[in-house]
Amino acid sequence: MQPKLLLLDNEMIARILDEAYQLLLKPGIKVNNEEARDLLASAGAQVDLETNVVKIPQQIVHKALESTPREFHLYDYEGNPKVKYGGDAVHFDPGSSGIAMLNPETLEHDTTETPHLIKLIKVAEQLSQYDAQSTAVVCHDVPQTIQDSYRLYLALLYSKKPIVTGAFTNKTVTEMIDMLAILAGGQDAAREKPRAIFDVCPAPPLIWSNFASGNLIALARAGIPAEIVSVPLSGAAAPVTMLGTVTQHTAECLAGITIHQLAKAGSPVVWGGAACIFDMKKGATPMGAVETAMLDCSYAQVAKSLNMPTHTYLGATDSKLVDAQSGLESGISAMIGALSGINMISGSGMLDFLSCHSAEKLVIDAEGISMAKRMLEGVQLRTETLATEFYDKNINFKGGDFLKQRVTMNLFRKEQHLPSDVIDRASMRDWKKAGSLDTFERAKVMVKDLLASYTKPVLDEAKEKALHAFMLDLAKKAGVDTLPVIEVTASSVGV
Amino acid sequence: MTEELYKQMAQSIIDGDSDISVELAKKSIELNMHPLDTITKGFVVGVNYIGDQFGLGEAFLPELVMAGEAMKAAVAVLEPELLKLGEAREIMGRVVLATVEGDIHEIGKTLVGTMLSASGFEVTDLGVDQPAENIIKKALEIDAQIIGMSALLTTTMVRQREVIEELDKEGLRPRIKVMVGGAPITKDWAEKIKADGTSEDAVGAVQLAKRLVGKE
Repeated sequence: MQPKLLLLDNEMIARILDEAYQLLLKPGIKVNNEEARDLLASAGAQVDLETNVVKIPQQIVHKALESTPREFHLYDYEGNPKVKYGGDAVHFDPGSSGIAMLNPETLEHDTTETPHLIKLIKVAEQLSQYDAQSTAVVCHDVPQTIQDSYRLYLALLYSKKPIVTGAFTNKTVTEMIDMLAILAGGQDAAREKPRAIFDVCPAPPLIWSNFASGNLIALARAGIPAEIVSVPLSGAAAPVTMLGTVTQHTAECLAGITIHQLAKAGSPVVWGGAACIFDMKKGATPMGAVETAMLDCSYAQVAKSLNMPTHTYLGATDSKLVDAQSGLESGISAMIGALSGINMISGSGMLDFLSCHSAEKLVIDAEGISMAKRMLEGVQLRTETLATEFYDKNINFKGGDFLKQRVTMNLFRKEQHLPSDVIDRASMRDWKKAGSLDTFERAKVMVKDLLASYTKPVLDEAKEKALHAFMLDLAKKAGVDTLPVIEVTASSVGV
Repeated sequence: MTEELYKQMAQSIIDGDSDISVELAKKSIELNMHPLDTITKGFVVGVNYIGDQFGLGEAFLPELVMAGEAMKAAVAVLEPELLKLGEAREIMGRVVLATVEGDIHEIGKTLVGTMLSASGFEVTDLGVDQPAENIIKKALEIDAQIIGMSALLTTTMVRQREVIEELDKEGLRPRIKVMVGGAPITKDWAEKIKADGTSEDAVGAVQLAKRLVGKE
């Protein structure tokens, strides 16, 4: 029995869907992309040519929901399924698209460049808690027009895992799909066993921008999974109530799925988001707020009622340092996400409203994820009798009796998560002997160890060369002759 | 052949498998292997390995204890053979273990006992809630070189000092060495009460005991 957190009853879910369908008609959805409007119009939606507002009738949406895959997988570099979207499967990946990284020595938020992203990929690669990589930070040392494709390029070079990514323009989404095809061995292969999923964000309230709609359509036609990341802000860009926000989120997702499925029925798409409350004191978007996690849990319930695969943004903090606030916000929200049965939970490693990444935080958050995953395994029956069989003839009524049982040796690893050295369970003496390190200092040690033990995946030489040439070509078109990493031969790239 | 058997013996201890370690011990007797060689070149290698792994954080308490149990079981098969040969396995030393009066927490002390036995000490474990006179009486009875005392509570750890004072009064030290252990026990405390040493875990306790009997 997988433990579950439910915040809505069925009656409330039905009301949310009912009102979301009403929103699709009144006020309707603003669709700022001609092709998307055409697709909707030819399916029977009513388009206002002046305002670009489209009124989408329920039956079109129903048809789209029917053709949406209930589940699909993301694959690793060798084509093995590693991430399951659908049902109550739960996976975690680092947060995406940060613009800064915490410098563990100066504690400054450094502007991110190539070595920062490579460091984050290397650390996440070796933490089994992360089932997928993300294109975690933007590299400011390459031209802006190729920053999205360059991130994916680095992830493909340095990781074996599936990748959660996203494109910044309609042009680059096509280029990034081409990059996936190069390593997969063609567009068909890339579609058959997708390595990456692309986040696509509608703009609150109820807007599908030109660029986001375009990406949805391109991804649908390529058959590469799309992840709708709807970002309503309760009290600012969405109703102040949680139920109002979740209803708007539902309408934005339903509209996106409809556009997506009209472009290519049967292509994989995910009901996701980064719903958040709006902080009325600071005007901020607190990712670590409990209400943010409650919004996510609620919209996941709506998605599940429609058998949709799910995604959310949790496990992050708004703190600027890897400190107590970071630990409690990240840990609590990761636990809520896991108990909500959300398929992909993005956000680990991130500080400061998703703008800053930290390798040390990734290491600490991994332990929070382990706790959440252990919780999901629940209390399991592992022996024939619950207890009586443990009290055999060898019981001497001594405290250590059970340590001598073979069953203890066989089962303790299943019953207990064995934490990494970042979690302190030493005696006071041992802790002092090891240097009296706090969590952050211990994480710094572990990051160093992980970087030292990292090995780069061995890719097919010809494919790697082709990927390298493709990226270099993109760079040249962007007006630069070299790239930070491409300057050395692709196979010997190192940081 | 013999080398291969030694390896299997070490592995049976690492796996904490008493059935296999006993079977291998019996087989060594059939093959007329010298029981002392069997112990020192075979089984002990496994105990040392798992102890090292535990120290490195790679092995866990159940594995340590199971290894100790597998060792004890194998040695029990081999000891009669040693007696027949008129030799005894060289005993590292005789130890009396007890949890002090008023304290019933003994998991750590029991672990120390298991590891000491596995390492060649003859261990008499008196159990919990043992007054000073019981501990000293038993030590004299078996001619122990070491008394090991545990205490989990700050309120009972003072009893360790009582035992030591009693030993001093009777003039039994330095003939009998005293090691102390338990969650609240620090090096400072051990020095303060004039114990001969303390350790934070069972593996360290074995090293300490070896040092105290001059067999490091």
